Amino acid sequence: MSAILEAVNLRAAYGDRPVLFGIDLRVPERGIVALLGANGAGKTTTLRALLAEVRTWGDVRYQGESIAGKSTQDLVRMGMVMVPEGRGTFTDFTVEENLLLGAYSRRDKDGIRRDIERMYGYFPVLGQRRKQRAGSMSGGEQQMLAIARALMSRPKLLLLDEPSLGLAPLIVQEIFGILTTINREEGVSMLLVEQDAVRALKVATYAYLLETGRVALEGTADQLAASDDVRRAYLGY
Amino acid sequence: MTEFIQLVLAGTANGCIYGLLALALVLIYRSTHIINFGQGEMAMFSTYICWSFLNAGMGYWVAVPLTLILAFAAGIAVQRILIRPVQNAPELTIVIVTLGLYLFFNSLALWIYSGVPKPFPLPTGIRQASWQVGDIFIIPYHLFIFAVLITLMAVLYVLFQRTKLGLGLRAAAAQPASSRLVGINVNWMLALGWGIAAAAGALAGILSAPVVQLEPNFMATILIFSFASATLGGFDSPPGAVVGGIAIGNIVALGGRYIEFIGTQLDIVLALVVIVAVLLIRPAGLFGRQVVQRV
Ligand SMILES: Nc1ncnc2c1ncn2[C@@H]1O[C@H](COP(=O)(O)OP(=O)(O)OP(=O)(O)O)[C@@H](O)[C@H]1O
Ligand SMILES: [Mg+2]
Repeated sequence: MSAILEAVNLRAAYGDRPVLFGIDLRVPERGIVALLGANGAGKTTTLRALLAEVRTWGDVRYQGESIAGKSTQDLVRMGMVMVPEGRGTFTDFTVEENLLLGAYSRRDKDGIRRDIERMYGYFPVLGQRRKQRAGSMSGGEQQMLAIARALMSRPKLLLLDEPSLGLAPLIVQEIFGILTTINREEGVSMLLVEQDAVRALKVATYAYLLETGRVALEGTADQLAASDDVRRAYLGY
Repeated sequence: MTEFIQLVLAGTANGCIYGLLALALVLIYRSTHIINFGQGEMAMFSTYICWSFLNAGMGYWVAVPLTLILAFAAGIAVQRILIRPVQNAPELTIVIVTLGLYLFFNSLALWIYSGVPKPFPLPTGIRQASWQVGDIFIIPYHLFIFAVLITLMAVLYVLFQRTKLGLGLRAAAAQPASSRLVGINVNWMLALGWGIAAAAGALAGILSAPVVQLEPNFMATILIFSFASATLGGFDSPPGAVVGGIAIGNIVALGGRYIEFIGTQLDIVLALVVIVAVLLIRPAGLFGRQVVQRV
């Protein structure tokens, strides 16, 4: 299958401190790929590097084209959108304003309105709270809002940073259910950073394991789930 | 009682001008957490530009909009050329840059226009003579200032609350990192904020020039009153800045008359008293959001 995203020898640094040391990574068109690793392995940095949020070197191709020199804003317009660690909620804005902000790179007013209603369909709780201040919502609701906000831009590739962090199992299940639906029905590709490796490997087809800024292991989700390394280090059994 | 009403009318008119300049300070503070000490001098210089247009024979209603457009562009330029490079520098650096703006525009005005005060006309169509209603004299220009302020507030309200650009401006000011992730050009939004602030400041200068005299230091006192206004209203609240301005205008007008030792020479002291009082009692100001620290 052709790749929507292909990174070769991706390196990144904060100031002059290198954090990624040459990562090769591929997300197939319409695929879900998991990015696993311990705290500080460089998962978030990888996503930020792909979106040009940190100093980056290497060759990244998105939809077959090199994206060297593109700004975050350009990439968002091209459909590469992050659901950030910590959710990036616009806390002093209403739920609905958050969704409108998600669609900031679009111009089709009618389409935006329709998509807002569509998001309320996926996440009914957001519909009930549309006029509420987003910062006053629970963690789970804010995570749903973060995903809905990203979807409002009509992304082709979602970069998800630990969507399950700090949420109750039932909510996590709901969120992952919606993510797989969106992947299947709308063909949105996903690069999924997760601590919860079991769950990530259930929805992903392929996975990478990062260790201190390098790919330590990669393979199909089944291969990684069966790997002793992954089991011992990250699954805990 | 008549005198009291008379003082309130004059105080409110002055307060509108403080409010306008305070609005400029707040628009910039809210988005960049910088207090632009050069705001008053940028306004002063814009007023001189307007004076030059008028002096060259241009009509008031052409010269003023043209000046505001130029001030808007200059505000953007100042942000992009001078502020952006130091945006992430320590606060002291930024303070020094804005003080540099103060000195630059002050000396430039002195050099080009000299220190000799220039007469600045009332808007064409606004008459000098006051109306008498009972015992009270109403100065048409005071009503004009008030009307301009209300109009500007309405325009800004629609811009910030009802347009997509306004949503982007507010988002970029409140949460720049998240704004980048939804594709907002944050740097441009901050620059536009400076442009709007510079235009609001220029309007404050132009409106006050016919009342006080146009000379290179004429905005200095007004800037102090504006600091007091913004502090009172809350440095992150544009409506607060305007309400604060009107309150300060009245405090100064009434205090100068009814508190014996203040008079017109010590009115700056009143502004400082307000600043200190607000910082002690309610640091976020009347309309500002109290920052709750998580511990
Ligand atoms: N803004 C920053 N400035 C400097 N160093 C940073 C910054 N952000 C992250 N780092 C460093 O980069 C390394 C990788 O961090 P990163 O956030 O990518 O890890 P992660 O895999 O996402 O971890 P976690 O699971 O805890 O989120 C860490 O050593 C971290 O200390
Ligand atoms: Mg992380």
